Amino acid sequence: MAAVKETVDRVKAIDVDAYKYGFVTDIESEKAPKGLNEDIVRFISAKKNEPEWLTEWRLDAFRRWLTMEEPTWARVDYPRIDYQDLYYYSAPKSMDDGPKSLDEVDPELLRTYEKLGIPLREQEILAGVQTSKVAVDAVFDSVSVATTFRAELAKAGVIFCPISEAVHSHPELVKKYLGSVVPVTDNYFATLNSAVFSDGSFVYIPPGVRCPMELSTYFRINERNTGQFERTLIIADAGSYVSYLEGCTAPQRDENQLHAAVVELVTHEDAEIKYSTVQNWYPGDAEGKGGIYNFVTKRGDCRGDRSKISWTQVETGSAITWKYPSCILRGEASRGEFYSIAISNGRQQVDSGTKMIHLGKNTTSRIISKGISAGKSNNTYRGQVSAHRKATGARNFTNCDSLLIGHDCGAHTVPYIESKNASAVFEHEATTSKISEDQLFYCTQRGLSEEEATALIVNGFVRDVLQQLPMEFAVEAQKLIAISLEGSVG
Amino acid sequence: MLEVKNLHVSVGGRKILDGLNLTVKDGEVAAIMGPNGTGKSTLSYVIAGREDYEVEEGEVLLDGVNILEMDATERANAGVFLAFQYPLEIPGVATMTFLKAALNAQARARGQGELQTPDFMKKVREAAGKLGVGQDMLKRPLNVGFSGGEKKRMEILQMALLQPKIGILDETDSGLDIDALRIVADGVNALRAKDRSFLVITHYQRLLDYIKPDTVHVMAKGKIARTGGPELALELEKSGYAAFTGEAA
Amino acid sequence: MNKPVLQRQRTEAEVALIERFDQGDRRLVGASALRADAMRRFAEAGLPNRRVEAWHYTDLRGVMRSAALVRAPETATLPVARECLTKPVAQTGAFRFVIFNGAYNEELSSSGPLPAGVTVTSLAAALAAGDADVLGALKADGPGTGDAIVALNTALMQDGIVIRVMPGAKVERPLAILNLMSGGFAQAAFLRSILLVGAGASVSLDETTAVCMPDATQANEALTVVVGDGARVDYAAQVAEQGEGAVAVHGLFVTMGANARFNGFCLVPVAGLVRRQIFARLEGEHSTISLGGLSLLRGKEHADTTLVVDHAVPNCVSREFFRHILDHESTGVFQGKVVVRQHAQKTDGGMKSQALVLGEDASMNNKPELEIFADDVVCGHGATVGQLDANQIFYLQARGLSRGEAESLLLEAFANEALELVADESIRARYAAQAADWLAHRSGQ
Repeated sequence: MAAVKETVDRVKAIDVDAYKYGFVTDIESEKAPKGLNEDIVRFISAKKNEPEWLTEWRLDAFRRWLTMEEPTWARVDYPRIDYQDLYYYSAPKSMDDGPKSLDEVDPELLRTYEKLGIPLREQEILAGVQTSKVAVDAVFDSVSVATTFRAELAKAGVIFCPISEAVHSHPELVKKYLGSVVPVTDNYFATLNSAVFSDGSFVYIPPGVRCPMELSTYFRINERNTGQFERTLIIADAGSYVSYLEGCTAPQRDENQLHAAVVELVTHEDAEIKYSTVQNWYPGDAEGKGGIYNFVTKRGDCRGDRSKISWTQVETGSAITWKYPSCILRGEASRGEFYSIAISNGRQQVDSGTKMIHLGKNTTSRIISKGISAGKSNNTYRGQVSAHRKATGARNFTNCDSLLIGHDCGAHTVPYIESKNASAVFEHEATTSKISEDQLFYCTQRGLSEEEATALIVNGFVRDVLQQLPMEFAVEAQKLIAISLEGSVG
Repeated sequence: MLEVKNLHVSVGGRKILDGLNLTVKDGEVAAIMGPNGTGKSTLSYVIAGREDYEVEEGEVLLDGVNILEMDATERANAGVFLAFQYPLEIPGVATMTFLKAALNAQARARGQGELQTPDFMKKVREAAGKLGVGQDMLKRPLNVGFSGGEKKRMEILQMALLQPKIGILDETDSGLDIDALRIVADGVNALRAKDRSFLVITHYQRLLDYIKPDTVHVMAKGKIARTGGPELALELEKSGYAAFTGEAA
Repeated sequence: MNKPVLQRQRTEAEVALIERFDQGDRRLVGASALRADAMRRFAEAGLPNRRVEAWHYTDLRGVMRSAALVRAPETATLPVARECLTKPVAQTGAFRFVIFNGAYNEELSSSGPLPAGVTVTSLAAALAAGDADVLGALKADGPGTGDAIVALNTALMQDGIVIRVMPGAKVERPLAILNLMSGGFAQAAFLRSILLVGAGASVSLDETTAVCMPDATQANEALTVVVGDGARVDYAAQVAEQGEGAVAVHGLFVTMGANARFNGFCLVPVAGLVRRQIFARLEGEHSTISLGGLSLLRGKEHADTTLVVDHAVPNCVSREFFRHILDHESTGVFQGKVVVRQHAQKTDGGMKSQALVLGEDASMNNKPELEIFADDVVCGHGATVGQLDANQIFYLQARGLSRGEAESLLLEAFANEALELVADESIRARYAAQAADWLAHRSGQ
């Protein structure tokens, strides 16, 4: 109950403005000229000193993107994005000479991450200031500014570095896997990302290795009018295991900012990737002004037999979320999991869910989605489960529950359940309800305020998913949930 | 007569029965007792012919015929009756429809003509009356919404109608209060006959106060660890199974 | 799922349908403004296809390569209809209205006095007379207005029956509509019937669609039901017979007043492609709608049930329960959407779709949707796709039933549980017999 107590205290402590990561770091940046054309694509590629094949890959993506239309099927509504009115590249000036050792990183940047609660100083972590060891890749606008514990990871054979660096240090891996899960032409935003992606993390776990610590990437959008287009690629070779965490924040700004990321995961035989996200982009103010447009393509490919990919997400931020972390279950007896908490308040619009594509025999998947809508927000679960002809013995269980708080929000469920194999067994259940008056009364009768009671009940509602998160993340997520629901009661 | 000879069975690569031997003579009531997870239910399922069990070695003979080659239907028609620990609920199938289908299947297998409806109704009513199974239960879908006791009575009713050679009672006492237990036991006792044997699987001695066994077998670690008379059950009630689980280890 | 490309070539079928309207069929009497507007909407959208979200699993544009012709209601084919009416599926045992080859046929319909409180007219006559109630009802297609195939029906509707039940009338015997085509060649029909039920009245309607000589027919039928305050309507429908390559599209539009009850069911045991669309709108408080269905499919049959239940007011209850048994290479589709508007508090919505996939190459697509804007609601849905329960089969085998018998018994039970939703006993018995036939045919293979 300690965590609940903490949640309650937290709710009490909150002032009018709940978003605590809304500060701006005053740092000099170098930007590409505004707008998007082939020169900008070449500029980004040149900045990263990329080999020709990658420049061409980007240009090819850009040309295809020009022929595509922005998708309209999601239940989200926003003014047309002017793609020529954005900066596609921004990097702190101090990073001009490329990545440095931790000691040389601009102190202003270190202070930023400190303020965000992200540990970048290995010594402190080692000295026990932080309870458990987590390696961090910190991405600031378009570049990675620091990656910790690389040496220690290297001893285990684990490669963890910015993708811009991997292009040079491990070109064969990047060339083999980049775009192999999310093809360049997959969708409008993924294609855009392929053309202009800036930085993100690259992870390779060699055969049989259990990654000795949690890996994490922390994304920060700082610069005004700047889009962030990160690209993450994680490969777990045969029999390996890695747990990866992703966090994100952005300053509080009046304008909307675009975040269009691509994450690709590959697991080989008997390998497992556990990917957890606590997404806390700036959601805009109560009137819907500002906030991040989060259009993200995340997909995992269970290539090997008995391999497993598990997505856990806590979505509290963004003005608009358009995100469907998916699993392609190709290997025999491979398994996909999706655990999600999506909270929307204010004028937020969430359209999120997953796809479980069963291709191989005896593949299994599990989806647990908890949506909470408050304020004037709209929260949609959109999910697809399909069994193809050869997916004999495929199994899926889906549970998606929605909770409504207040009279002006919407909760929607749009599942697509497609079976083309007679031996597949799919079970889907969904409910929508409000917080039970009886439960609220019970809690208030025991002395809790309505707000405390609500936080308590919501925490119970999402418990199944919180349990999937690594310990520290779970505590963080729980606090975040209470903060996100601030002002939703009464 | 039921003879189980050197039976080795595994499920998903895990060994459950490990060279089990057991004989139940005609007219005999044999009890099998043992701690949980020792393979008692597996034995009953394997005798009744449930799939998903891998019989690696051994034989199960009913009157000298190896029934392991038969499917569940053929075994039922050969006279094997399993009273399930958890009788299945079958929504949409009226209990009467089900009973008629089962009796007709048996009649056909024996080369007899199907029962006429009035005869069938009479037979069911008689048997149901003795077990306190009401008309309302017979009208409802099979086992749907039945209480634990009602389900068990329904199992015994089926046994009474199908008149098997061997009746296997798998933890029939579980979930029953003392009154229900007495009704069920009376039902079983009424069916005792020279040419019919019973295998009563139970964890507790309690059931054996009502269904008096001729023989008591103690099962542990996938085989029969000890065999004795009714006094063995009383002994177990006092001392527990620890000696056997230790002994067999 | 992207936006359809606007500049596309019209298919042969689309061109034929638009031309038929433009060239002015003299049989399309009345409602000219309504028809013209509907045809404009159809021409814009074209035949529904995979890119239209609501038609994702049923690509009508791909299936309807050409548009079949409508047939004049000539007397020469009457013997075919008479013969057809002797078939078991036509034995409705109720007061019967027959629409034959696109026109209401009084001669084939029941004679004698109508039940008290019931008046009827043909749709053609009502439209010719500019009947205000009928025109009003046609405008109230609700969420169905956006659908191209509904628009096509409105544009080209030939005839149908308009039944009015006076306020307070309790109609004891079911009324039946039989939509018949003589068939024998690829023939089309566009039918629209209307049932207007006055406040406090109750009625049971039994609608059957059949083709006498099954062929690649194209039927586009619709029924508009307006349920008055405190009224009760029981409705059962089936597509009883059509040939391979046939397409039957049926739209059901239900508008409900307060304290009303609508109980609908549909049986689909039939060849070809069947798409049933239900658009229901609860406009008065304390009303209950229950929709159910059973589709028994084999071969390459394709059956799609797509429904939208719109809770526009508080305190209503909706229930949907649909089952499929899919053999061979058949395809089943269930798309159900429950919409709860912002002020529709205390809505109680429950939806269930269950499918048994028996055929190796059969497929099932489920899309149960919730769209909820009110917070004080209890809504849920469940969807399962799977096979018969192995434990239940074992239990039955352990009682001496053969595997085949055990399967048949369980399938029959699965079907019968759905059929329990048919309110009228005689109709339920007729459907149960058909389902039993279907299952017997299956186990006899």
